[in-house]
Amino acid sequence: MNTIFVSLISMGSIAALSAFGLSVASKKFAVETDPRIDEIEDVLPGVNCGACGYAGCRSFAENVAGGEAPANGCPVGGAEVAKLVAAIIGVESDGPRRQVAQVLCKGGLEEAKQKGTYDGPRDCRIANATQGGDKVCSFGCLGYGSCVDACPFDAMYMDDNGLPVVIEDKCTACGKCVEACPRDIITLVDVEQGVHIRCRSLLTGRFVRQACSVGCIACQRCVKTCPTGAIYMEDNLARINYDLCTNCQECVAVCPMNTIEWQEGKGLLEKEATG
Amino acid sequence: MSLFVILLSALLVNNFVLVRFLGICPFMGVSKQVESAVGMGLATTFVMVVASAATWLIQTFILQPFGLPFLQNMAFILVIAAMVQLVEMFLHKTSPGLYRAMGIFLPLITTNCAILGLAIMAVQDAYTFIQTVVFALGGGLGFTLALILLAGIREDLRFSDIPEPLQGAGIAFIVAGLLSLAFSGFAGLV
Repeated sequence: MNTIFVSLISMGSIAALSAFGLSVASKKFAVETDPRIDEIEDVLPGVNCGACGYAGCRSFAENVAGGEAPANGCPVGGAEVAKLVAAIIGVESDGPRRQVAQVLCKGGLEEAKQKGTYDGPRDCRIANATQGGDKVCSFGCLGYGSCVDACPFDAMYMDDNGLPVVIEDKCTACGKCVEACPRDIITLVDVEQGVHIRCRSLLTGRFVRQACSVGCIACQRCVKTCPTGAIYMEDNLARINYDLCTNCQECVAVCPMNTIEWQEGKGLLEKEATG
Repeated sequence: MSLFVILLSALLVNNFVLVRFLGICPFMGVSKQVESAVGMGLATTFVMVVASAATWLIQTFILQPFGLPFLQNMAFILVIAAMVQLVEMFLHKTSPGLYRAMGIFLPLITTNCAILGLAIMAVQDAYTFIQTVVFALGGGLGFTLALILLAGIREDLRFSDIPEPLQGAGIAFIVAGLLSLAFSGFAGLV
């Protein structure tokens, strides 16, 4: 019995002494880190995707707390996170408008003509660098899904027609697909915008018709129709100024090639026409 | 036994890693770059010296007088873990640069068997306090030496044409084995 007590007391006192010493030391040697860093890190999405330009969420949080990075610098978290971060560091921010990726090409397997067979690696960048894929159009989607592979949020898939589709509810506008696409087909657009000119071909109408049944032939009807002057023509391609587009869909109706597309489920927008 | 003999014995003849095969985990894990090997080695040396002094005191003034030598392992682990924590906090406060350089190595040292082994061996050999500290210093320097040797070789190995199945850990283990063989040449020196 005696041994048990002696053991208990001696070991207990060693442990207690160590604990006491450590707790004193943890106070004395406490390193003062900005508590806001932890708070900010808690509200961030935590996927460490690097879309903010920093090495992970922790690094971004440190830079926000240090005043180096803007509160709304996290494109993945969007307005919601921006608000929370802004509240923590005590600045006002309504955050960036939520954006989603838009694929600006409609030329899938059905619409785009083939120039041959490509049997190289199934990677858009390799296909683009070697033979330019198997489609005649040298501006359109290659269809090998490098954007889908790059998406860290499973927000994209390839449809049966060989085109990538963005699941807007899942898209966080991290921009990985934009980077992955060798043909710059994908852009980030305000989620409320519903009218998109889905073509990137700079060729004149005759050549576009030879390559694709849904490409922009630069007929300019949309430009003339648009009531707010949101559409303009540049290098044989109709382009849309999203700052002016009100989702009125009049251009969608007149486009002879169905290049301009209306996404169901988006409402009209009120915007002041400045141009 | 003179202090110099103890030092030399722990450093070369009975090198903790290459002869006694203690502390193999950091030996393989932190030996990819000479720079981090030096950091790890010095951190381990430091902890060895401090921990062996602490465990000697525990052994001499608590465990032996109360007849509790069976609690040796437990008491030593307790003290070593506490010591490492303390050192970590101290470094974090006083030299953040060194703290960042050592990074994960410091907490790893807590569970390094070389340190516990060293404390127990010092007791087995009935060293005095000074002898224990010198023994720990030799052991730590020996650990550092082995780590730097392997790291230096592994750095050069990157430029060698190594058969594919042996790349990475495989060739490192072979090199470690050869190093160990080389160190066996010191046997009988002391």
